[in-house]
Amino acid sequence: MFGSITNWEGDLINQFNRLQNDLQQFWGSPSGPANIRAVARGSYPSINIGVTAGSVEIYVFAAGLKQDQFELSVQRNLLTISGDVPSTRPEGTTAYLKERHAGPFRRVLSLPEDVEPDSASARYTNGVLHISFQRKAESRPRKIQVNA
Amino acid sequence: MTKQQNITTQSEPAATADNEPRLVLRPAVDIFENGDAIKLFADLPGVADNTLSLEIDDQTLTLQGDIALDMPGDIESLYADIRSTHYQRAFTLSSELDTARIHASLANGVLTVTIPKREEVRPRKIEVTAG
Repeated sequence: MFGSITNWEGDLINQFNRLQNDLQQFWGSPSGPANIRAVARGSYPSINIGVTAGSVEIYVFAAGLKQDQFELSVQRNLLTISGDVPSTRPEGTTAYLKERHAGPFRRVLSLPEDVEPDSASARYTNGVLHISFQRKAESRPRKIQVNA
Repeated sequence: MTKQQNITTQSEPAATADNEPRLVLRPAVDIFENGDAIKLFADLPGVADNTLSLEIDDQTLTLQGDIALDMPGDIESLYADIRSTHYQRAFTLSSELDTARIHASLANGVLTVTIPKREEVRPRKIEVTAG
């Protein structure tokens, strides 16, 4: 079935279906509520958020800045990431493709309720800004000892 | 007739069936040109020097890179815009470009590739003399 030239249409449709499923999983079922601060996919910069038992880790994929060109602020559990991507266009050139983001950007994220806003640390390496928040100690999972 | 052909072609490439198409990120690029060279900028956030590969095969320039993030072991994803760790994109070059003298550098996740044009095709100013 795979790799056949005559069967490519079916494969393409499968890929579309898969894409649609992915999107549906991402946005939840059509009737389900979405986060009020959800943004359209493709917003700049791309962000991944992960949680561990003790921390919330945020990865901001914003290449081409210097570490002091980011501005981060936290208000309760709202994190605002803003900055300005410098243009790299050399003088006197013709542009064929201009897909990279240039100029100011801003994204607001709502973090889980249990983060400690004062515990944030941020590091910029290879074009990824990694922000880490500690979670409040009382909300961490605890093991309960079972006694005989 | 065509049906029979279908069957034969379908049974052949069974070996490729295991090759699940890998989700690939298409990096955003800017391409600029002046009289001397073409300059390409590609956003590859998360790619380090040692996870980047840049290849020229005949007239095709292929750039690939893998995202290497510093992540705690027990991390669970809560939200993800980036759903793959592999970037790939290819460009066809043209014969006036001097592929032997390509220069590339990577800084803060931005790859810069400079492809100079061959000397003989660079634009020359023609002096106009009065007389």
